Amino acid sequence: MHDHPDHDNEMDDMTARVRALETILVEKGLVDPAAVDAIIDTYEHKVGPRNGAMVVARAWAEPEFAQALREDATAAIESMGFVGRQGEHMVAVFNTAEEHNLVVCTLCSCYPWPVLGLPPAWYKAPAYRSRAVREPRVVLSEFGISLPQGMSIRVWDSTAEVRYLVIPDRPAGTDGMSQNDLADLVTRDSMIGCGVARPPATSGTAA
Amino acid sequence: MNGPHDLGGRHGFGAVIPEDESILFHADWEKRVLGMTLAAGALGYWNIDASRHARECLPPATYLGASYYEIWLRALENLLITYGEVRDDELDAQAMLQPGLRVERRLDAKAVPSVLAAGGPADRPGPAPKFAIGDHVRTRNHQPSGHTRLPSYARGCRGVVTALHGAHVYPDSNARFEGENPQPLYTICFDARDLFGSDADPAHKVSIEAWEPYLDPA
Repeated sequence: MHDHPDHDNEMDDMTARVRALETILVEKGLVDPAAVDAIIDTYEHKVGPRNGAMVVARAWAEPEFAQALREDATAAIESMGFVGRQGEHMVAVFNTAEEHNLVVCTLCSCYPWPVLGLPPAWYKAPAYRSRAVREPRVVLSEFGISLPQGMSIRVWDSTAEVRYLVIPDRPAGTDGMSQNDLADLVTRDSMIGCGVARPPATSGTAA
Repeated sequence: MNGPHDLGGRHGFGAVIPEDESILFHADWEKRVLGMTLAAGALGYWNIDASRHARECLPPATYLGASYYEIWLRALENLLITYGEVRDDELDAQAMLQPGLRVERRLDAKAVPSVLAAGGPADRPGPAPKFAIGDHVRTRNHQPSGHTRLPSYARGCRGVVTALHGAHVYPDSNARFEGENPQPLYTICFDARDLFGSDADPAHKVSIEAWEPYLDPA
């Protein structure tokens, strides 16, 4: 079959299997390949964790927005234009000095797409799904996070269509920063609860 | 169902492998599976609960050995076969052998932004809730052979209601196409020791969302 040593035409099994299904569905007129492209483009380039970071930055900067998030996160997030699939029913949970929040979906891969984009592979894999509920502090240690002694932890298992966004603590030394600059400190993992916001760059450090 | 998907609290899966947030896919075929899965949903044969159930019904060894996009692909193939849009012999031939059925429902590229923005809200008018915030409840020993969203680690456990979400589509009914049967939805918070035993951390709580049929007063 493969006469050429350069293997140019060889496909791995999954690529071949997926291509076969798409070929069939497109031939049948059941799937528009341009629609598939548009869906991919949406989550590769338009909808991702920058949206959630802007929500967090605004919550840090505007106490009234933080309050709106507590009362009705779906509406507050929608007011920033972040809506849609897998974000229909949002809840924002705020980390405090006393309690850390962590989000998981033990049964599948539920995740707040409009604010975080697509879930990372580890979020959907058995190690995280099995252990986040049982031993969250050990899981956090695998992300390099060690909670202070005595801090409680609350794990939110997304078993319905409610989706959770963690609002991490605002780092020290960020007074007066613009919301755009604050958002640069907000990592995806910090909004799942598997990380913390970055400290600001020390003043005087040149790029 | 007591399927391979019900992973909460299980042992033996090893360490989490964090990744840089720029990594969204591990192969190009995963992108096509994402797009095809969402696009095929527009054909209207199944709902989100039925599609989750199709993933749960994969053989356990297959489910646990597959990446999540492979789980999506296998479930999509099975759903399309179930509803007669694709046949096994077509997958073997890697070609169309019979015409498509619901071609009029094909999701066009220009409709993608509005469909993704609309999403699929699950809240519905429904019965008034029996429980209030602060009420103590016990989850039922609920283990149907079909789809359910009560994780096994939280069966038969005492917890407290911490939020009410109104009535939502009841997945146990919806996945079987027996109607949306909206039921009051609650957030139930558990002490980890009540879920995982006395060795668990006393400063650790876990919450789930639970529909009223999963709950008894406690």
